Amino acid sequence: MPVVSELNINGKSRRVDADPDRPLLSVLRDDLDLTGTKYGCGEGQCWACTVLVDGAPMRSCITKVSAVAGKRIVTIEGLAPEGHLHPVQQAFLEADAMQCGWCTPGMILGAVSLLKNNPHPSDAEIVAGMNGHICRCGTYPRVVAAIRNSTKGGRA
Amino acid sequence: MITRRDFFSVLGGGIVVLLIEDDADAQESGGGGRRGFNEPAPTALSAWLHIGEDGKITCYTGKVEVGQNARTSLTQAVAEELHAPVGSITMVMGDTALTPFDMGTFGSRTTPTMWPQIRKAAATAREMLIDLASQKWMVDRSAIKVSDGKLMAQGHSATFGELTNGQKLTRSIPTSAALTPATEWEVAGTSVAKPNGRDIVTGSHKYPYDIKHPGMLYGKILYPASFGATLKSLDKSAAEAIPGVKVVREKLAAAREGFGSDVVGVVAPDPATAERALAGLKAEWQPLADQPSSKDVYDWFKKTAREGTSSSSLTSYDIAYIAHVPLEPRAAVAEWNGDKLTVWTGTQRPFGVRSELSGQFGIAETDVHVLMPDTGSGYGGKHNGDAALEAAILAKAAGKPVKRNWTREEEMTWAYFRPGGVIEAGAKLNPDGTIADWEFHNYNSGPSGLQTPYYVASKNEKYHPSQTPLRQGSYRGLAATANHFVRESYMDELAHSIKMDPLEFRLKNARDERLRAVIVAAADKFGWEGRKKTSRRGFGIAAGFEKGGYVATCAEIAVEKGGVKVVRVVEAFECGAVVNPEHLRNQIEGAIAMGLGGALFEQIEFANGKIATNRLSRYRVPRFADMPVIETVLVDRKDLVSAGAGETPIVGVAPAVGNAIFDAVGQRIRCLPMAPKGLSGSSA
Repeated sequence: MPVVSELNINGKSRRVDADPDRPLLSVLRDDLDLTGTKYGCGEGQCWACTVLVDGAPMRSCITKVSAVAGKRIVTIEGLAPEGHLHPVQQAFLEADAMQCGWCTPGMILGAVSLLKNNPHPSDAEIVAGMNGHICRCGTYPRVVAAIRNSTKGGRA
Repeated sequence: MITRRDFFSVLGGGIVVLLIEDDADAQESGGGGRRGFNEPAPTALSAWLHIGEDGKITCYTGKVEVGQNARTSLTQAVAEELHAPVGSITMVMGDTALTPFDMGTFGSRTTPTMWPQIRKAAATAREMLIDLASQKWMVDRSAIKVSDGKLMAQGHSATFGELTNGQKLTRSIPTSAALTPATEWEVAGTSVAKPNGRDIVTGSHKYPYDIKHPGMLYGKILYPASFGATLKSLDKSAAEAIPGVKVVREKLAAAREGFGSDVVGVVAPDPATAERALAGLKAEWQPLADQPSSKDVYDWFKKTAREGTSSSSLTSYDIAYIAHVPLEPRAAVAEWNGDKLTVWTGTQRPFGVRSELSGQFGIAETDVHVLMPDTGSGYGGKHNGDAALEAAILAKAAGKPVKRNWTREEEMTWAYFRPGGVIEAGAKLNPDGTIADWEFHNYNSGPSGLQTPYYVASKNEKYHPSQTPLRQGSYRGLAATANHFVRESYMDELAHSIKMDPLEFRLKNARDERLRAVIVAAADKFGWEGRKKTSRRGFGIAAGFEKGGYVATCAEIAVEKGGVKVVRVVEAFECGAVVNPEHLRNQIEGAIAMGLGGALFEQIEFANGKIATNRLSRYRVPRFADMPVIETVLVDRKDLVSAGAGETPIVGVAPAVGNAIFDAVGQRIRCLPMAPKGLSGSSA
């Protein structure tokens, strides 16, 4: 397969020069310095590496960069315009839904995707939809609260 | 030795308050020239605070932020005493060139030691500002009010900067100086938000794993095939043939357990090439023979005990090794400038790492600069400089900056574990249910929390150091988690042996008022007295004391499909005056979440020096679906000195759940983890 030379990230076309089998996570972090997407396990178990590809969440640590060439990629850096916060980001802050914060970007993108497909999830649906995301600091109840609060006042 | 002149040349003019360890060194000096401009500052400094000529407030502490929100609480300390907005304060943490020496951020020490020290520094700065305003306006000090970053009196008003402009004042104060009582707090004691929360939710904060410098190379280390294995032969030709790759061989000044002192590594211009280069190293290893496995290590602890063994009539519990699993694996970037070294790394002990680096290269500590960006958790697992040493060794050989990011497999194999152990308990009861005699022995797991907080007339509590086949070290709560599991499980066994309610039995044996208070608070909130026993549902209670904090935990569990579902956990916690209620709740909830893993399913499986559970698909950690309903009761004692809360909330979880399992199905489980594959056949 040929080298990947271009990726659509956060609404912009970005030049890269990537071996097609490289994980998208490494291209984002090491080539493009988009370090908001995090490495946690390298095997798709912790979902800290979650990005949105054509609106759907993908685990960038186990996604080859060739698989996303030509698709619309959104990372945490592109979730809201510069200087603004997405309602889910704001909800995480208000719910104090983080401690060390390493899992937070992945959680936020996972939550954004969950709410897009299910704007008023029950707590059980939130848990089921988010269960792939690991938070070792144990902020799970607060993340559930943040997502629940995101649905109030039509913010989702 | 740092002089006053050095402070101002580094920080700029204004006022500087120095917090000293030793009362005898307390002194005053300033523009009046009583003592001379260059007299040295006392060496045992614990914190300093600077208000610049522009009014900017910067506080310097050797403590660090790993998600436990020390950055927030220490910022509150400054805001409280200086009466300045939280947003106007910069907290510089864990930078060995800028901040005072600190032994490390562990042991729940930040709140009891650093928090009051920073408050004193800020209070002193406030008084110095009042002095300046009093002199400038010719008004009495008592007429001056400080609020919202401004001073006001009788029609006069000034910002901090307007008063500090042109000044070069220092004051050193003893750590014994007085503080505002908690009942008068305005900022302390409130739920101030994380100062850099926005940087976290936008992904803009740069953690150690994220750091990138121009010209930086990526480093990999060839780890032994198993613990204690020695290198028999190495063929590096394939690796060296890759363009841009350099193979490095060096010796560690201090051997690392299980790893040895031979460092073999590679550096490459990008991560993929570094991985290929590592794979290109062909090594043969001589394994270390006769190592116990995770199955027979418990006999090993007793066989290798260095201070005798206990009676065989005691009730015995097995405690597995577990891993910290910080979600950000350890990482470092090292850069040499001639013979001077700078390292960015995630560690709970930046000064300890500086010392390790100084020892490795034989250079003065003043030629080593360690910086500690707010890091993706530690839980006691990031105390040493393994990644820093590796990066620095590779960088020296390569002549370029090197990044050393550990993979998850490396993190779960080559870091260190919470010690495994064997713990034994025995007791004799008086007819009224009080404990007449108490015996408690801990092999290898550790002495923290070994001592019972209950009143016992006659007791024998002993820690027996043993050999350990795995590298072990600090973990949240140290051995208090294991010791509380055994003690509180055994207390439950004792209660049942005389058919006494477990809550009543504990209150009967607890004379410490603070311990009784959390037990009663948790039981009340939980509804212990009114609990209704139904089939395959159970209730358990546990209590304890560690690191200045008192905790009581109640758990309700359901046995479903042969597994344990933790339905509800109520925890009461008391650590003196509460500094930040929301962050305290976050710590308690987080500790409960983490504790459930060690209680029910986390264990390191190993054999022949290899870790079988070396990745997240093999080592289960608690997830969303594992969470019970969690309710916390904060017992706020404004009359007591604030203690830490990072660890103690974890200790009551395992025994409360274990006691609930017994209540539900009559199965007494005497090991941690209690139910890694569900409940069938897992009792000791």
